[in-house]
Amino acid sequence: MLLREVGYARPRTTDEALGLLGEYEGARPLAGGQTLINVMKARAAAPDVLVDLNEIAELKGIELGADGTLEIGPMTTTSELIAAQEARARPILVEVCSQIADLQVRNRGTVGGNLCSSDPTNHLPPVMVAIGARMTIAGQFGERTVPADEFFLGVYMTAVGPGELLTKVTVPPGRSDGFSSVAVGKDGTCIVNAAASANGELRVVLGCVGAVPEVIRPDGTDTEAVRSAVRAAQLTPPGDVHGSSEYRRALAEVVAARAAAQATERAGG
Amino acid sequence: MAADRLAPAQASRVTVEVNGTTYEREVESRRLLIHLLRDDLDLTGSHVGCDTGNCGACSVILDATLVKSCMLLAVQVDGSSIETVEGLADGELSPLQQAFSDHHALQCGYCTPGMLMSATALLRENPTPSDDEIANAIQGNICRCTGYWNIVKAVKAASGQEVGE
Repeated sequence: MLLREVGYARPRTTDEALGLLGEYEGARPLAGGQTLINVMKARAAAPDVLVDLNEIAELKGIELGADGTLEIGPMTTTSELIAAQEARARPILVEVCSQIADLQVRNRGTVGGNLCSSDPTNHLPPVMVAIGARMTIAGQFGERTVPADEFFLGVYMTAVGPGELLTKVTVPPGRSDGFSSVAVGKDGTCIVNAAASANGELRVVLGCVGAVPEVIRPDGTDTEAVRSAVRAAQLTPPGDVHGSSEYRRALAEVVAARAAAQATERAGG
Repeated sequence: MAADRLAPAQASRVTVEVNGTTYEREVESRRLLIHLLRDDLDLTGSHVGCDTGNCGACSVILDATLVKSCMLLAVQVDGSSIETVEGLADGELSPLQQAFSDHHALQCGYCTPGMLMSATALLRENPTPSDDEIANAIQGNICRCTGYWNIVKAVKAASGQEVGE
């Protein structure tokens, strides 16, 4: 497949990358490319310049703090996260990353790419919202931190603005999380997915049912409380070849209840 | 310095080692890795199946990591080392290739180069994989002829384990 002509730069530091993104209006960061290259083939996106982040060492790796907080470099590939000892501090991350696509895609695709592409069918956006991750966004003039539930702004849109980069994902400690999805084939595209976290108050977050992850706050932890909270949200999911809107709405209750049950079971009840 | 590559139409020089041979080519930034391999280096073993990152027929091993070569730009592999299906046989078929032949693990053969690279990557990390581990390893490779079971058997046989009929 022939892409539209595009410029290419491979900076070595975040500052250099931010400089390039600021300098070229039509520049776009290239992470693992497992979405963007396809989108460029379809010419649905046609950046003038690609700023390849793959050689920026400071954007890779996972650090585990003494209190159990994880700091994840967004250019960490999903395979690297799965293999990282540190990531086991928040088991749901390893479990969910293992369900993304296939080995070749996980070897190349990154945590930051999965979040910043903000495709409503992606796995990690609902997970990060459920577990209360914080996103650090850097621009040429400084950095800011955005909670995950304010990070996703729409289909393919996040709080990362033009000329900015996601530079860190901070995950608080906790082990009582759950995830459930119905996908197109094993580990295929999600039709509906849900993440839940029961570290304190139960929080359930649905993916694939709207432009951004949908937060559900059930009154109780039992299945019926979760299902009725999903019903009360009056979702209007999109319909497509994989499932109608009605089907997704019905599935949303099911996967929300399953994710919540897994999270509450891990919380000890 | 990367900045000289920013003009869209400009080609840049890429140096890459493929199957032990070093190649240097002028490459446009928009060129996919699979086209560098097939069209510029004439290594046509890696196939283009879906061209959307689903089928895995273009799988190659890039710096010891299995990737789909239709999902990378050729300029991204500058300075890297790549293994393709052409690198497996050394005068005669590799044990894995021989096992594919013995166990009828291919019919049309289109997916085979990718299957072989995925299986090669698996056996390096896990010399005696179970059926499930083999199935997981070739999850990113689609075969529309043999239904996978003979492929799993061939990989298992290549690892020196017994396979049932």
